Amino acid sequence: MSAIPDTPAAESAARRAPSAWARLWGDWGTRLCIVAIALYTLTALYGEIVYRYHKGSLWENAPACLTWGPERQAPYNVTHLECRYLPPLSIGVWPAHTLADGTPVPERRHRYWLGSDNLGRDVLQRLIQGARIAFHVGVMTSLIAIPLGVLLGCLGGYFGGKVDSVVVWLCATVSAMPGLLFILAIALIAGKGLFGIYLGIGLTTWVSVCRNIRGEVIKHRDRAYVQAARVLGYSHGRILFRHILPNVMHIVLISFSIRFPASVATEVFISFLGIGVQGEPSWGVMINNARVRLWQGIWWELAFVSLAIFLLVLIFNRLADALRDVFDPALRNR
Amino acid sequence: MWRYVLRRLLEMVPTTFGVLMLSFVLFYVVGGSPAATVLGQHASQRAIAAFDAANGYDLPLFCGNWYTVDALRKATDGSGTTELAFALGPGRYDLPGAARLTLREAKTGTVRHEVGRTEVTVPEGWTLTEADGATDVRRHTRHFFDSQFVRYLNGLIHLDLGMSLETKQPVTTVLAQGLLPTLSLSVPILLFGAGIGVVLGLLCAAFQGGLLDKGVLAVSTLLMSVNYVVWILLGQFLLGFKWPIFPIWGYESAYYLALPVLIGVVSALGFDVRFYRAAILDEVYRPYVRTAVSKGVSRGRVLFVHVLRNSLIPIVTYISLSIPYLFTGSLLLESFFGIPGLGCVSINAINSADMSVVRAVVIFGALIYQVVNLLTDIAYGWLDPRVRFAQ
Repeated sequence: MSAIPDTPAAESAARRAPSAWARLWGDWGTRLCIVAIALYTLTALYGEIVYRYHKGSLWENAPACLTWGPERQAPYNVTHLECRYLPPLSIGVWPAHTLADGTPVPERRHRYWLGSDNLGRDVLQRLIQGARIAFHVGVMTSLIAIPLGVLLGCLGGYFGGKVDSVVVWLCATVSAMPGLLFILAIALIAGKGLFGIYLGIGLTTWVSVCRNIRGEVIKHRDRAYVQAARVLGYSHGRILFRHILPNVMHIVLISFSIRFPASVATEVFISFLGIGVQGEPSWGVMINNARVRLWQGIWWELAFVSLAIFLLVLIFNRLADALRDVFDPALRNR
Repeated sequence: MWRYVLRRLLEMVPTTFGVLMLSFVLFYVVGGSPAATVLGQHASQRAIAAFDAANGYDLPLFCGNWYTVDALRKATDGSGTTELAFALGPGRYDLPGAARLTLREAKTGTVRHEVGRTEVTVPEGWTLTEADGATDVRRHTRHFFDSQFVRYLNGLIHLDLGMSLETKQPVTTVLAQGLLPTLSLSVPILLFGAGIGVVLGLLCAAFQGGLLDKGVLAVSTLLMSVNYVVWILLGQFLLGFKWPIFPIWGYESAYYLALPVLIGVVSALGFDVRFYRAAILDEVYRPYVRTAVSKGVSRGRVLFVHVLRNSLIPIVTYISLSIPYLFTGSLLLESFFGIPGLGCVSINAINSADMSVVRAVVIFGALIYQVVNLLTDIAYGWLDPRVRFAQ
């Protein structure tokens, strides 16, 4: 499609005004948030590499070319009962022993940067695995909730009428369910583990995405460019997904930055209750593990996990505010 | 006015139907029979089938004439065919593929064989003991709409939500007992939270861009980011253990509620203040405010009388949305402070996989939401003629 030439004035104005990204990057607070999110992501990726390396293959029963060894116990799950409750920065000594197959393992000194927990496991390593799980949850729930919300919101907003009534009805129905309990019920029925959490959070939180997208699409539905596309005889799908959707994409971005920390917080809650992750150090599992010993002065595990969650949620909240300021000036005050 | 109320009532029907449908799909279609959880992993096929039959879990989901009974097993003679796992009681059956049906009268031991037909009606006092080679056991429903969905609706209408596995009480009793403790915790949280939040929001809006505004905004973003679980653990540790000001566990006097209420208010405060501030700021730049200021009305009067009154609409909407949650209660607060409310009941039910209680609380919460929504809308219509006469 040939581009309609802009008027010279509009063109130069567009050149002069800094792009949304430049404005985001220009604010030092937001820049800090973006850098921090990048660091968290790298940490989570590192955790994923450690996890996969000890799993021995890319997934269960992967073909031989994607398998590099038998499954081994990951270092964050190895217990060292002689190094229990070591405070941060202390050095633990893992005594020499012999493996079941007769290989001798020499004595090793290990620096516990963030201390050790009730089974002598390294809090730092577990914290990194927690970041991995948090990112899994944040991304997977967004991958369920955002496409669902965008699709339904686009359809409802664009077509109106009966389609819209169905979409509104679906939203009203799902939002009537009592939030956390509904998520827990879905997770319980889907089975313990991460999959249940993905489903539970993903299938309940698309409603807000859908409502926002729908409202925005309704605003665009009768704009001149949409009418022009109709006159040119483009199909509904093309108008909706090639023309309107790019113009409402900022809602998707804002939704993601709001949904991500909310999903992480919900996962912490669910895992804390023992319905979520099993056998892996999710932050919720770690908090639940640490709270028992808190009253005896073992503060570090709880403190560092809380801090990690707090910082992750804080930077995402801050980023969400910045995104809203830049992309949605009407909502600037919120 | 009555027309408006009637219209709202009619609009409530599809959503309520949707809520009932959604919970049915979740708990009956996806969730299936809880027999394995109730009876344990080693329950016999006969016991599971008996449980399903007693509770209607083997009936068709919505409607139908036939439903499958899980009563077949591999033949013990090693021939690779199937036989009945247990004797079937009275009723009309269809057993496709069965070579010979054997019926036995329980009292006298009389045996009757049916050869060459697969459909049979077992009379009262008789059992169907053998049907070798059958590929399926299908039983006829009592009537076309004798289904799980109809039974479920019927149970809801009669306030019969089944029995709790844990406490062996009817679920409705469990819910009724939990309601008062829940309300005694959640109502103060709502009142204090809304009061403090609105005042802080007003102060922020009054000094927008000032140090107070920026400070409150920054602190509320910080408060928002602390996980709910951490709030409870820290609150209990600091205010109940380190400096033992408040009791930690129990439901004996109002004082026992002080700490959970405090934690509930503080944990929600960040988000609330930001919302109230935004709602108030939306009004501050309206023309009527400029008019009031230019005709010489004092700053405080404009803010507290003119602006607050108009921004009450989004604020009341926001608060009304949280009213349904007053009834379902706070899951963690209650279980951590030993308050025997619905939140505590739900957590226990979730931990012991007591699905009938979880189901009941979910449905109860969703229905309460409908009712509160209706009441809120009626209140709007009553307060604001624009709403009443719209459309």
